[in-house]
Amino acid sequence: MLGLNAKDMSLLIVVAILTMCAPLILNPFPADSAMAQFNAGYPDLMQKFVIFGIFAIGFNILFGLTGYLSFGHAAFLGVGSYSCVWMFKLLGYNVLPGIALSVVTSGLFALLIGLITLRRSGIYFSILTLAFAQMSFALAYSVLSNPKFNLTNGETGLQVYANDPQWFHNSERLPDLPHIFGLSMRATQKVSVGGWEFQFNTGYYLCAFIMLICFYLAIRIFRSPFGMMLRAVKSNQQRMNYTGLNSRPYTLAAFVISGMYAGLAGGLLSAVDPLAGAERMQWTASGEVVLMTILGGAGTLIGPVLGAGLIKYFENIFSKINDNVLHGWFSFLPDGMEDLMVTLIHPFVGKGWHLTLGIIFMLVVTFLPGGLVEGGQRIGRMLSRKKSKEADSPASTEPAE
Amino acid sequence: MGILEVKNVGKRFGGLQALSDVNLSVAENTVHAIIGPNGAGKSTLLNCLIGKLIPDTGSVSFDGQSVLGRKPFEICQMGISRVFQTPEIFGDLTVMENMMIPGFAKRDGAFELNPMQRLLAQKDVIAHAEHALEDMGLADKRHMNAASMSRGDKRRLEIAMCLSQDPRLLLLDEPTAGMARADTNNTIDLLKRIKDERDITIAIIEHDMHVVFSLAERITVLAQGTPLVEDTPDNIKGHPKVREAYLGETQEVA
Repeated sequence: MLGLNAKDMSLLIVVAILTMCAPLILNPFPADSAMAQFNAGYPDLMQKFVIFGIFAIGFNILFGLTGYLSFGHAAFLGVGSYSCVWMFKLLGYNVLPGIALSVVTSGLFALLIGLITLRRSGIYFSILTLAFAQMSFALAYSVLSNPKFNLTNGETGLQVYANDPQWFHNSERLPDLPHIFGLSMRATQKVSVGGWEFQFNTGYYLCAFIMLICFYLAIRIFRSPFGMMLRAVKSNQQRMNYTGLNSRPYTLAAFVISGMYAGLAGGLLSAVDPLAGAERMQWTASGEVVLMTILGGAGTLIGPVLGAGLIKYFENIFSKINDNVLHGWFSFLPDGMEDLMVTLIHPFVGKGWHLTLGIIFMLVVTFLPGGLVEGGQRIGRMLSRKKSKEADSPASTEPAE
Repeated sequence: MGILEVKNVGKRFGGLQALSDVNLSVAENTVHAIIGPNGAGKSTLLNCLIGKLIPDTGSVSFDGQSVLGRKPFEICQMGISRVFQTPEIFGDLTVMENMMIPGFAKRDGAFELNPMQRLLAQKDVIAHAEHALEDMGLADKRHMNAASMSRGDKRRLEIAMCLSQDPRLLLLDEPTAGMARADTNNTIDLLKRIKDERDITIAIIEHDMHVVFSLAERITVLAQGTPLVEDTPDNIKGHPKVREAYLGETQEVA
């Protein structure tokens, strides 16, 4: 179906069910319980899960398939964000033109940068992309933000002002916020069941739907002759060239496609929150998507999405655990022990969440080079071995009875 | 006029004159061996033929067209395929995928943007690749990772990949280097069969005289970057200049 084999189709269906039910799945704890702070099922975070999932899926098409490690993909994210806000400023708050333009501009931008950076490979390519991203950041942060020509609004960030044209905006009929055909991106339906509270948010479902399309397209790319050529680039570029294939346009196409994914993610970030800042283009943002992809499993279909989810979960949940919360957890211990536990755990939570993430990253890269996906596969294999053993053993004992 | 014409080719690396005034003509549908001691410039010459190196002087033409200034993939698309000294294959891909890649290169050319086509729907390429694998006796290894095969199998795969593009000229760079005697003999038989079954010209660089004299119809001896002599195998065996430059006084030939 849809041009996928049975295995890929079931993966797509599982991902579709998970994303559609995310508001339920991510809120396992009752709203007033002590564990409620581990709930991730609120719109802001769920939107980040799927948007950065798109970013990582696209990055994986370049890095996972061709092995070209770009350290500058945040530049495309930023270009997408700015494009989308500009559509808000000029046309109105409907998100579709903004999202469409973010894909187009980031694609063109990726074509330009790719033409230059892909002349080199390996570490030189990485450094070139990093240099371009930092130049883009500098452009956005200061150069393209002066009174005569203000494209990015510099430090403040690009946003919609009351005196912007917004030619097609009708503030009587339409919300003064990003919307899709009148349905505000912030519209949230809250449903309370017992002690649980679930939030169904328009912005999340739009992003999730787009992520599913992106995921489907990524599967198609992975399973196409083009996708095999990209893996050939990673495996042996020399053989490829001496087999009569021009590797340059293949890598360029992969670069542009992944740049468009990044731009789309940037556009969606603006669509759910119409403010685009230059910090989105900084090198830390580029590094983050590399971490997501490696953590989840580079070159696998679902890995980057998992990696993106894990990192965003840590960033938003672990960073909120402060000393008060810790004291609450360990209040059952005698005072001295309580303070000791809080002191021990303190560096790893709250502002120190990067430390926990770093440890997890090191453990994964050391023991699971294939990322979380490899971990899942190992567990799956262990379970199936156990099951087959269990299935064997009764058969062998039966005659004795 | 041969299918491959090398005229007055020279190549210098810094202070080393690797090739000087090399003239070589490979006749169509023959097996032409290039031999010579280490450092004679054999590999440099081969690299000049496939676009890896650009000679400083002279000209190289294939089937009447100059190959100089063309990129390796363009030269390959003209009909020259190369087998490397250490087998160059796609190690991370399966044997079947390895065979399909040259199939796509032949069918679709140097670049084809088809991300929405299904790999498994490319019946013509798949059928061609399967046939080629069966022909090489690699059919039962089709789902193996190419990197995990033995060296002999890797060599067969690489030769099969090159042949599946129906090249008019096949360049072999020491195809039996590092092989056991049995594998070497298998490779000789394979190359003989290829020569008999196809309209193909083969140029081969080889150290192993057993291989050279089993296959070659013409032999060029290269020494210190210049062709010393070109002749039939029988004449080369007894040629005094060759003995002196390459075979040495003590070694008995074949």
